[in-house]
Amino acid sequence: MYLPALVVVSVFIIYPFLNGIRISFTDWNGFSQTKNWVGLEQYKRMFLDPNTWLVVKNTLLYGIGSTIFQNVIGLLYALLLNKSIRLKSLTRTIIYLPVIISPLVMGYIWYFFFAYQGGALNDVLMLFGFEKINALGNPDVNTWIIVFVNTYQFVGIAMIIYLAGLQSISKDYYEAAVNDGASAFQKFKNITLPLLMPAITINVILNIIGGLKLFDVILALTGGGPGNASQSMSTFMYSLYFSRQDAGYAATQGVLMAFITLVFSLLALVYFKRKEVDA
Amino acid sequence: MKNKEKKSRRFFTVVALIVTLFHLIPFYILITTSLKASNDFSSKWVLPSSIHIENFMKAWEQASLGNAFINTTIITAGAALLLIVFGSLAAYPLARMNTRLNKFVYFLFIAIMIVPPLTALVPLYKMVVDMGMMNTHEIAILNNMAAFLPLTIFLYAGFIRSTIPKELEEAAKIDGASTLKIFFKVVFPLLKPITATVLIISCVFIWNDYQFAIFFLQDESVQTLTVALASFFGQNQSNLNLVAAAAIMSMLPMTILFLFLQKYFVAGLSSGSVKG
Repeated sequence: MYLPALVVVSVFIIYPFLNGIRISFTDWNGFSQTKNWVGLEQYKRMFLDPNTWLVVKNTLLYGIGSTIFQNVIGLLYALLLNKSIRLKSLTRTIIYLPVIISPLVMGYIWYFFFAYQGGALNDVLMLFGFEKINALGNPDVNTWIIVFVNTYQFVGIAMIIYLAGLQSISKDYYEAAVNDGASAFQKFKNITLPLLMPAITINVILNIIGGLKLFDVILALTGGGPGNASQSMSTFMYSLYFSRQDAGYAATQGVLMAFITLVFSLLALVYFKRKEVDA
Repeated sequence: MKNKEKKSRRFFTVVALIVTLFHLIPFYILITTSLKASNDFSSKWVLPSSIHIENFMKAWEQASLGNAFINTTIITAGAALLLIVFGSLAAYPLARMNTRLNKFVYFLFIAIMIVPPLTALVPLYKMVVDMGMMNTHEIAILNNMAAFLPLTIFLYAGFIRSTIPKELEEAAKIDGASTLKIFFKVVFPLLKPITATVLIISCVFIWNDYQFAIFFLQDESVQTLTVALASFFGQNQSNLNLVAAAAIMSMLPMTILFLFLQKYFVAGLSSGSVKG
């Protein structure tokens, strides 16, 4: 019964992926009928290309940076909204509403905020007598803006999963801890955090996978620029193939991207699963 | 004690209010921008001095959103429908029959979930060109479906394992029903809650897809909302009111769907952590 599904992923994911490994050993330009086998030439080129390392660094920043922010902030939001407060469900809805908006549109929305000309941020800065800043054109800043926007958009998912985790923890534990005279921090550290481990695992994995493949939001906010300064592996591959007709090399970068994603996701999975057992 | 509780409730309500206001900033800017005149260079924080609803009509025409809406709807509905049929069918034996082969197939689907489909961009593009499927709805449906099948199977399999009682199927088996018949008559109707979840999550993500659309749907006649928006943004950098209006219209259907079906959406997102 899984045959139809298996055929679909085989044709549209597994076969192209394996074929990509083959293409990564050629100098194919993506359009002509000829392609020459060049052995490890593209791999050598990839390792010597400073762009590769810049892009890998950005991708890891997007992946790991977003993961940390989404989890810390998502957990804080969940703790806050697990309390008895007013307008709880409205707050929740507003925080996870961005999840359903296309990352491309989300990029444009924040472009209105960070734009150099007429951006909302610069209006505030000028109001207080500061100079306008070109946040999206500054390589030191724009990668962090991309992390910020990705966090803003998807923190709602982390929050929901943490809320579900919090609600599955029995109240008895806390009552026992209160009887033993535990402080709020001790309760959090010794009860909440260990019992939340399964939620942490799923969040970290989801966020790492999502962050490492960031694409649309980068194109919308910076176009990967200036130069290649804010490019991720996905957008870099895209530009190598479509703008520079360097298909063989793009395929090589694709292999590297798959490798990096797999390694980091598996490392995170093994690390957090082990913690779960301890708890 | 009572007083202290009241005080802390008020404190956390204020904190939540601040968080909410912060999260509303981009929406506020988007909506006010969409209502301003194109020669209105007032700060993005300022409310429009006069409301320009006609921005929406103009954006609709100029960005050819009508055509894009039809394309996006066809692709989203087609892919979501196939995902539900293929995904639930595949998940059933993987959740129930723990043979070595099934374990391997399940592992394969999970591994595909981790590696981004975009890593195979170059060969996929070549394959699509060779098959003559460039600029067709079919290719967008198939690509999106393939990309979301692993997650769909994961969600269905988890749900079947944790909530569907085996006894029902066994009773049907004794009555001599075939596996396929048992699945469609007995199991599938019980999967309603998770089907709703899969439907909403996949609709949202396929509706918003840009990666596949930008590669495989470059022709204007088949372009989706994201592609139409991206090219509209490229042409109207100085006329952001229209871009904002177009963006709002493009996200309206999913926002409405989400507000109505929130319950399922949240349940689906959280089921992963609760059920493991």
